[in-house]
Amino acid sequence: MAFLTNLINGLSLGSVYAIIALGYTMVYGIAKMLNFAHGDVIMVGAYIAYITMSSLGLPSFVAIIFAMIVCTVLGIVIERLAYKPLRQATSLAVLITAIGVSYFLQNAALLIFGSAPVSFRSVVKIPALKLFGGELIVTGESMVTVIACIIIMIALTIFTKKSKMGKAMRAVSEDKGAAELMGINVNVTISATFAIGSALAAIAGVLLCSAYPVLMPTTGSMPGIKAFTAAVFGGIGSIPGAMVGGLLLGVIETFSKFYISTELSDAIVFAVLIIVLLVKPTGILGKKISEKV
Amino acid sequence: MLKFKSLKKTTRTAVTSYGIILVAFAIMFPLQQFGLLSNAMAGQLVPICTYIVMAISLNLTVGVLGELSLGHAGFMSVGAFCGAITSSALQEVIPAAPLRLLVAIIIGGIFAGIAGLLVGIPVLRLRGDYLAIVTLAFGEIIRNIINCLYVGVDKRGLHISMKDIASLGMENGRVIINGPQGAVGITRISTFASGIVLILFTLFIVLNLMNSRTGRAITAIRDNRIAAESVGISITKYKLTAFITSSVLAGMAGALYAMNFSTVAAKKFDFNTSILILVFVVLGGMGNITGSIIATTILYMVPEILREFSDYRMLIYAIVLILVMLFTNSAKAKLFRERVFDFVLRRKKNEEEEGVKND
Repeated sequence: MAFLTNLINGLSLGSVYAIIALGYTMVYGIAKMLNFAHGDVIMVGAYIAYITMSSLGLPSFVAIIFAMIVCTVLGIVIERLAYKPLRQATSLAVLITAIGVSYFLQNAALLIFGSAPVSFRSVVKIPALKLFGGELIVTGESMVTVIACIIIMIALTIFTKKSKMGKAMRAVSEDKGAAELMGINVNVTISATFAIGSALAAIAGVLLCSAYPVLMPTTGSMPGIKAFTAAVFGGIGSIPGAMVGGLLLGVIETFSKFYISTELSDAIVFAVLIIVLLVKPTGILGKKISEKV
Repeated sequence: MLKFKSLKKTTRTAVTSYGIILVAFAIMFPLQQFGLLSNAMAGQLVPICTYIVMAISLNLTVGVLGELSLGHAGFMSVGAFCGAITSSALQEVIPAAPLRLLVAIIIGGIFAGIAGLLVGIPVLRLRGDYLAIVTLAFGEIIRNIINCLYVGVDKRGLHISMKDIASLGMENGRVIINGPQGAVGITRISTFASGIVLILFTLFIVLNLMNSRTGRAITAIRDNRIAAESVGISITKYKLTAFITSSVLAGMAGALYAMNFSTVAAKKFDFNTSILILVFVVLGGMGNITGSIIATTILYMVPEILREFSDYRMLIYAIVLILVMLFTNSAKAKLFRERVFDFVLRRKKNEEEEGVKND
């Protein structure tokens, strides 16, 4: 039973990583930049939901919607102010700017909300499911997280395959110049990508804090780094890859916590990442790009 | 001034770099000796020296070699803890503090170099930004391992355990690394002078490497890997040379850093520290050693200067960082600057245009 319990916990944690990783992977695919501020958008989303629920006393459903709206606007504003002027700059310059944005969000949160951790009230009201005579307990949070992840995954795949904006996104990620010649508004497309990524980050933040109810200004950084590794793990730029990478990372982390060592679990996760990259440098589902001379 | 300009570019860089450090030393050392510096200021001297060494060594990887590294603090960490163990273990054998510091720094450098070799051999064969991700992972792994590492010393020698202090099985021993608390009970033997010597040593190594045959091969790989390969430059060999040199120097800086405090925890050398050093390098200018020195000194002091804004200082730091990046890199800002400094630039521009016409 311990195995099943851990598997379910791992899938639930992995689903959160997968949702965050989707944001990383989409932005990387289109803007070719590592958006290090993504982890902090998660934290902002969680704080917004927390305030809506505890200070304004609104139901959790409204809180999630509100957090998504705020994060979407935040994502677009960040992109317009900080990243858009640097379209032509080197990727390292954009990376440092993203780090600056990340510092900014963390410290702004520190000033507004204080450094003391607040306890987040779970948004999930579903009671835990007891199977096998109470031996296997599946919490409502795990179920909702996994289901949310699957829905998001399917919706995103359909969106990128079928919708006009989704096709535009794929075109821009393939070749920005050619896409522009075909009449695609590149700036709007990139903004839309940031908007979707940030909205997903808000959902991830709420789900993460429902499962692990400690919220402080640095809450987002570690899940952010791990989700980034998950995106690389699955093949950066690929949407199913982010999903697979996130789930695998979550399961590996939970299992190594239980069977090997609690303290060393992060080390094991990163060691597995290194090994995977050495065997398959493009990640699990990444496309191999042949080299042009 | 005219004479200075007529010097070769490499000589000029060397003269400015060494000059800045020596002048800074000549000013700060007497101030420190006569106790004219505030306590906060005096306490920052050795950390600034270590961060300058870190920035120069990272510049070798990022600026000269052109590979992004996000785990430079990991090598600093290896150096710091190996240095701390060496220094504590040799306390009786080598009583003279400067000699012990030297041995600790060398051992720290060697172990960081070995770590660099282990990370570098598999990764530098790959193409793309893999070094960034793998060094990030490496930094986290090192931090994690040291967090549950226990090392002690007694008459029989070193004892290492991954569980707790009791399982070290020591007789009247001394604990050197105590798990999450990190290295404890370090004798503080780092001095400002030793920091300056380490910077000068780093400058000597890096500047000479850059101006050597090896250095030119490394820059060639950065600028065009395929062309470099086709003229017979061994990519892996030169990449490894640069990367290992960089990690050895980082390890040395780490050992110096650790000896400046009585306790050092592994969480000091986390991802944020790596990023901080990367910020120094990028703002100082990629591949520009003098720039690294100046940027590190200024950026390290900015939070100190902003101390009176207390809570707002990191926020201001973030805004300054974003604005500097926008101002130095965005296309519009470049246009704006050109317009403002048109009269300065006009001559250069005309020359360029003539050059284009002639082509």
